[in-house]
Amino acid sequence: MNVAVVKYNAGNIYSVIHALQRMGVKPVLTDDPEDLQKADKVLFPGQGEASHAMRYLREHRLDEVICNLKQPILGICIGQQLMCRHSEEGDVDCLGIFETDVLRFQPQRHEDKVPHMGWNDLKVHTPKSSPDELFQGFHNGEFVYFVHSFYVPLCPWTIAETEYILPFSAALHRDNFYATQFHPEKSGSVGERILKNFLAL
Amino acid sequence: MLAKRIIPCLDVKNGQTVKGTNFLNLRHAGDPVELGRTYSEQGADELVFLDITASHEGRKTFADMVERVAAEISIPFTVGGGISELRDVEAMLNAGADKVSINSAALRRPELIDEIAHHFGSQVCVVAIDAKQDEQGWTCYLNGGRIPTQRGLFEWAYEANQRGAGEILFTSMNHDGVKTGFANEALNRLSQELTIPVIASGGAGSMEHFRDAFILGQADAALAASVFHFAEISIPDLKRYLSQQGINVRMQETLLKERESH
Repeated sequence: MNVAVVKYNAGNIYSVIHALQRMGVKPVLTDDPEDLQKADKVLFPGQGEASHAMRYLREHRLDEVICNLKQPILGICIGQQLMCRHSEEGDVDCLGIFETDVLRFQPQRHEDKVPHMGWNDLKVHTPKSSPDELFQGFHNGEFVYFVHSFYVPLCPWTIAETEYILPFSAALHRDNFYATQFHPEKSGSVGERILKNFLAL
Repeated sequence: MLAKRIIPCLDVKNGQTVKGTNFLNLRHAGDPVELGRTYSEQGADELVFLDITASHEGRKTFADMVERVAAEISIPFTVGGGISELRDVEAMLNAGADKVSINSAALRRPELIDEIAHHFGSQVCVVAIDAKQDEQGWTCYLNGGRIPTQRGLFEWAYEANQRGAGEILFTSMNHDGVKTGFANEALNRLSQELTIPVIASGGAGSMEHFRDAFILGQADAALAASVFHFAEISIPDLKRYLSQQGINVRMQETLLKERESH
């Protein structure tokens, strides 16, 4: 299988590559539109600041490329946020794949520390009584690893939610576009299962 | 709900794990990557690897180990020991570490915290504080607890928080290695005064000690070494116990099934 990882100016991309390698997949890290278009699966991971990331994507024409991909693509963390309409981080227009805005967490109590960092549990949505393909084999109450200060509110594309300060979108899905706010590549065996599910789409 | 974290700490010297008692007397406990993987499989939430090597070659060995950890282990990990400038931080992050822990270097030059937060984000910057309590109060120490400073624990922790630290890893030198529990009063005060997570370190001897650090100390995470290395406490048992005590911890699949069947 031909798996591509989007190369752009975001940090922490290597942990996704390591996770794929542990699963026996050798991904290519690329910002070449052609390589991305011909891949069977595309991952769009990273940590970073939204307006800087968007500037890079636009300069390299990757915004159009990503929006027009037909194969399954998985955005992770900042990747998920960039796939939304707009982000409060740097007040920037994003890719608009998910018609919803990215907001900053507003602490309500002393315990509400931002960033939301650590292991939190997922509530997987089950429309038509079954979870999204991404969460096949998932047990209710399982934990995944988050590090973020901005969040995607619950919206029509939410397939799993987590509660921190308020319930927010832990994962999204629309057509061939998938996204997780958490880091499957850092979420132990649970995360590995989610990545396997994605590769099996 | 965000889970309270259990963090095994591995002291690494020349590529091997070691653990001191009251920061002296080192004993061997195996290959750090193997040990780290075992802890990860048992349900550790994060790992900390501390480089206690002084030599240049030892540092290179440590960097190689960090790359192996990043390649082989699928939970977040922090590295520390000998990080004194931005360049060291960058090297560790490039090798695959999720966070770096800084200690003496931050006390000597507090601006390092601002620089790390600015360049890489607060979430990668763990400020470790070794402090000792006497009649005058809590004093911060440099160089693995060997050199006292003029700084008090609470004011230094607050300053680190203000400068952009992502977490405070507080080790009580009075409690470290003696296995009589964590410094819960000081932990509680830190939790009240800071706006970032506090990791309790030093003193774990029993499962009750972890419970107390979370309930009395209000810690966000608890770190320990020898109780895990010498299998005095197993992580699955500890998680099961804490869950029964009403503390929200991340349960592995097998433990979840167990809980459902009860």
